[in-house]
Amino acid sequence: MSNKLINWFRYASPQTFYPLAGRMIPWFWGLAAIFGVAGLGIGFLLAPTDAQQGEGYRIIFLHVPASWMSMFIYLVMAFWAATGLAFNTRLSGMMASALAPTGALFAFLSLWTGALWGKPMWGTWWVWDARLTSELILLFLYIGFIALQAAIDDPRRADKAGAILALVGVVNIPIIYFSVQWWNTLHQGASVSLTRAPSMAAMMLWGMLLCALACWMYSIAVALMRVRVIMLERERHTDWVRALLAGRE
Amino acid sequence: MLSLIRAVIGRDLRLAMRRQADIVAAMFFFIIVVSLFPLGVGPEPEQLRRLAPGVLWVAALLATMLSLPRLFADDHRDGTLEQLALAPEPLALIVLGKVIAHWLVAGLPLVVLAPVLGIQFDLATDALAVLTLSLLIGTPALSGIGAIGAALTLGVRGGGVLLSLLVLPLYIPVLIFGAGAVDATVTGLGAQAHLSLLGALALGGVFFAPWPTAAALRVALE
Repeated sequence: MSNKLINWFRYASPQTFYPLAGRMIPWFWGLAAIFGVAGLGIGFLLAPTDAQQGEGYRIIFLHVPASWMSMFIYLVMAFWAATGLAFNTRLSGMMASALAPTGALFAFLSLWTGALWGKPMWGTWWVWDARLTSELILLFLYIGFIALQAAIDDPRRADKAGAILALVGVVNIPIIYFSVQWWNTLHQGASVSLTRAPSMAAMMLWGMLLCALACWMYSIAVALMRVRVIMLERERHTDWVRALLAGRE
Repeated sequence: MLSLIRAVIGRDLRLAMRRQADIVAAMFFFIIVVSLFPLGVGPEPEQLRRLAPGVLWVAALLATMLSLPRLFADDHRDGTLEQLALAPEPLALIVLGKVIAHWLVAGLPLVVLAPVLGIQFDLATDALAVLTLSLLIGTPALSGIGAIGAALTLGVRGGGVLLSLLVLPLYIPVLIFGAGAVDATVTGLGAQAHLSLLGALALGGVFFAPWPTAAALRVALE
């Protein structure tokens, strides 16, 4: 098997992944900035004012991407957690713990921007409807994951315990996503769908998709930066970290 | 297989019976928390009737949380858990037995106490019956889901607080459907749908929870 064209596990080792992540980070930051400026430019300058909601609807350019990312990052986190449990790779657990704070940030942003939007539109900061509640549970799950990992001193055990918790919590993601269809609630259904024409103006859609891409690139960049720090911290007893730190001084 | 589960249940019940103070303390915690609410929000019967299902259910969640840390901690401390993990039988089955024993010790007393406490809140007879039934169906799910949290926080710094942080969010569906069943009876909608969903949660919880719990125990024992 050694004559394969690509060695998939080459970058599964922190030693080889560390410089690769370092090279990728500026690119993702750059893309995040470009997409962010383009998305917000379209969102604030070009997209038409909504007929019913006025200017207030423009919060969706942050709200919808943040909600998507909060759910998607949890899935990615659970994926790395499962990989770590199955293949016992060191890097997987590090990726999962690097993603958690960003996911929690987006879950919080989603709730906060939703509250800012809800006050003028629904007349209330918060309602106990299914989607809001399950997004709140998602935030609690992130907090629980971070707290569990912080409480366990041995990083290997922290990774595995966190992985089991992440996989148990994954049940919540479909509940959030489909809650608007299952329960007839105040929160409107999805405005964007792959199978039918979107129920919004093309310019709004483009703005939102660009902002989503910006959030995506930002998440990757931040997660890579965090995972680099985690790698240094956990591998500080190894030769490559010593050589790296010695070379830097 | 059944004899193994029966043996684990018998052992855990015998141990629990030798420490009856723990069971009684959790029961009185339940009674006291429930009794605090009328003192806090005022004794108007109309308001109390509205609050009763939620208050009783939240108190039941908290009382269950109180007894969860001991589910594996004592066995962990004296090394029994390692012997159980070394046994040729699957660890998940042993966990299932411990979950059932935990429900008999911590969940069932709450079900028995609930009608008496419901009377304090001036609940009608049919609402009392549904409240008791919803607790009877729902508390096994609490023991099952709680076992995952208890195993994850085994031997961890600040385990008790962490346990509630992990487990309470996962309890929310049980709370919603359990308290919702009583509300639906009071408003005349019928509790059938809520109770069915609660039953599904309980069966799913008790059936699936032993596997992640066993995995978490093996992580803790490493």
